[in-house]
Amino acid sequence: MGLMQLFKFKGGVKPATNKAQSVTLPIAKAPLPSVVAVPLHQSIGGTPRPLVQVGDKVLKGQMIGEADGWISAAVHAPTSGTVREVGMYAAAHPSGLLTDCVVIEPDGEDRWIERQRVDYKALPPEQVRELLRDMGVVGLGGAVFPSHAKTQASRSVPMEELVINGAECEPYITCDDLLMRERAAEVVKGIAIFRDLLQPKKVLIGIEDNKPEAAAAMAEAVKAAGEDFQVVSVPTLYPAGGAKQLIRVLTGKEVPANKRSTDMGVQCFNVATAYTAWRALGHGEPVISRLVTLTGNVAEPRNYEVLIGTPMDELLAIAGPKPDTDGIIMGGPMMGFLVPEAKAPVVKATNCLIAHSPALFPPKAPEMPCIRCGACAQACPHELQPFQMYWFARAKNFGKTQEYNIFDCIECGCCSFVCPSRIPLVQYFRFAKSEIWARERDKKAADGAKTRFEFKQHRDEREKQEKAEKLAKAAAAQAAKKAAEAAAAAASEGAPAEVAAPAAPLATGPGDTPAGPAAAPLSPEEAAAAAKKAAIEAAMARAKALRTQTQPQNTDNLTPAQQQEVADIEARRARLREIAKTELVHADAPPAATAPAAPAAPADNSDTSEK
Amino acid sequence: MLIAIAIMALGAVVLGAALGFASVKFKVEGDPLVDKIEAILPQTQCGQCGYPGCKPYAEAIAKGEADINLCPPGGAEGVGKLADLLGREAKPLDGVEKPPQVALIDENTCIGCTLCIQACPVDAIVGAAKQMHTIVESLCTGCELCLPPCPVECITMEPIQETVDTWKWKYPVVELKRVA
Repeated sequence: MGLMQLFKFKGGVKPATNKAQSVTLPIAKAPLPSVVAVPLHQSIGGTPRPLVQVGDKVLKGQMIGEADGWISAAVHAPTSGTVREVGMYAAAHPSGLLTDCVVIEPDGEDRWIERQRVDYKALPPEQVRELLRDMGVVGLGGAVFPSHAKTQASRSVPMEELVINGAECEPYITCDDLLMRERAAEVVKGIAIFRDLLQPKKVLIGIEDNKPEAAAAMAEAVKAAGEDFQVVSVPTLYPAGGAKQLIRVLTGKEVPANKRSTDMGVQCFNVATAYTAWRALGHGEPVISRLVTLTGNVAEPRNYEVLIGTPMDELLAIAGPKPDTDGIIMGGPMMGFLVPEAKAPVVKATNCLIAHSPALFPPKAPEMPCIRCGACAQACPHELQPFQMYWFARAKNFGKTQEYNIFDCIECGCCSFVCPSRIPLVQYFRFAKSEIWARERDKKAADGAKTRFEFKQHRDEREKQEKAEKLAKAAAAQAAKKAAEAAAAAASEGAPAEVAAPAAPLATGPGDTPAGPAAAPLSPEEAAAAAKKAAIEAAMARAKALRTQTQPQNTDNLTPAQQQEVADIEARRARLREIAKTELVHADAPPAATAPAAPAAPADNSDTSEK
Repeated sequence: MLIAIAIMALGAVVLGAALGFASVKFKVEGDPLVDKIEAILPQTQCGQCGYPGCKPYAEAIAKGEADINLCPPGGAEGVGKLADLLGREAKPLDGVEKPPQVALIDENTCIGCTLCIQACPVDAIVGAAKQMHTIVESLCTGCELCLPPCPVECITMEPIQETVDTWKWKYPVVELKRVA
């Protein structure tokens, strides 16, 4: 442990650590659970595509979900058995909603797939990254960001420091502590993988000074491996284990909100992530288990090596929860959440399960008004102004919360911890953040809908115009043809006047509105209108001609008496029509309006169908 | 006296020219108010306001022809935002606010008539004549315009279920202190 200058981050709090309970016993292997439910989406980024179906036999370590895209990580079967279900299952999420899972019934044999060790130094870095992705290596500190995506140095900024996070600042949690104590050699080998990929100038392993055993074990392992990593004890101050805080403490660099740490020449990995990276490459074991601290209101707090997918209630039962246990907290008391569904499975982000009891976590006294004392601003490790953000989040003025940089908030809970009015500040910030995200989603959807609507309108307009042009051409041709036929008929037959007369307007029709080839100088709309008119007239003429032809049948040879009767009826009808005209004037309008439309429609149809 | 008039006249000419130039140079295409109103509207294009789409409604609001409380998908929140933007009084919504929903085609009943495809304002339905149609859920705005044309009534509206990705943290509820 070399001497080096350490830096400080602003704020921070010192809650009771409660770590001593769970470090007395060594890591134990949790027994095989009755069922494992592996959620497909266990990392930031794309949801892996399932590779198995119900009824499939899987082996321990077999890939069951393939990474979807670059920012994604594969998931694997934690034990051998049969796939019982690929579908919705309780999620380790504060919502208590279901998520896509592969549910496997273990066969008890725990049989591995063929594991292949890889000499990663002989492989090109691209291939190593792909391998890490397909082995499901993600940040086990809690953020579960795919690790392979973090192993590429910025092109413009040289990688100076690789920070390895063994701070484990959150109370109760001791899984990283025990990992470093017992498996330091393999952690160091994992760190070497990240070192080789990133080529930093130096490697700093930050461990809070309340874990001297872990720091000593790590220093020894580093020495034994002949590496030049520096193991640095950092002061115990929550949240020193936050990536940005640890980078600040070890390197003095402050990562701005809009930049990534690689842009500052720093990268940060958790010790457990380094361990799994080594297991993945050096042993061919994908991430199918992790260390979980079982603590809180239990008889025997201890760290267990737990298969991913183990139901939480089944797991906690191993540690012997006391009778007054009334819930499970996943994560620590500062940032964790009460799991709404106890059968939810352990995921890669599950570092600790705390048995909750009213005695251990007494209900908070009611919230009091904010007195604007500023204690939260002093405690905030990101130098935000929680009281202002609270004010606006409470008023649902989300634009203002963003002006106060709510998205820089890491939800560490320091502000809520120090608030003398016991205001659940972090809850307000989470509420505001998820509202803002939802609004952005809605806005995006609305913009998409608008674009598609406008495109559809544009397309409809275009189609209408194209159709009108087509129709105009067809109708003009039709009208010309009809006119020619009618003219020929009139000329050759000298047909009955009734038939010839209605044909006359038709014959003059094309003459009035020069259709056919003569329509060219007219605009398409005018031509279309003219053609349509001609077509309508033609159709009406046809109908009239038909009527006149077929009408005189039973009225031809009538007796005078019958004729008298018909005349009477006609007179009565005429009278009724008169009455209707005078009395029901207002009722005239609709039929008058619809009347011209009626012949137009069939005319159109006949034109299109005949064409 | 004459010089004063001349100076004033000259000033008027120069300033007038400057204003004239500015009005040409910095002319704003379209009505910025319409765009602002349209940005608030939910773009469901459902026509429940009585206008054929969100933009016509925005134009009508901008002209003062339409009231601001005619958009049920925008809800009371939308009315509030419009009231803020236009400096008008917020009014209760004229219509029923529904939870967000999407249309769902019962694919066994669908006869492939394409009528719903023609009715969909946002091209969220795929299918062809005499082929089964389906709705692209992520594109559906829940406008219900596809319901009336369907001759076999195979389209139903389903409320959108919350998922882990769309779930929102709830507003912290302040517990009241119990007195005695």
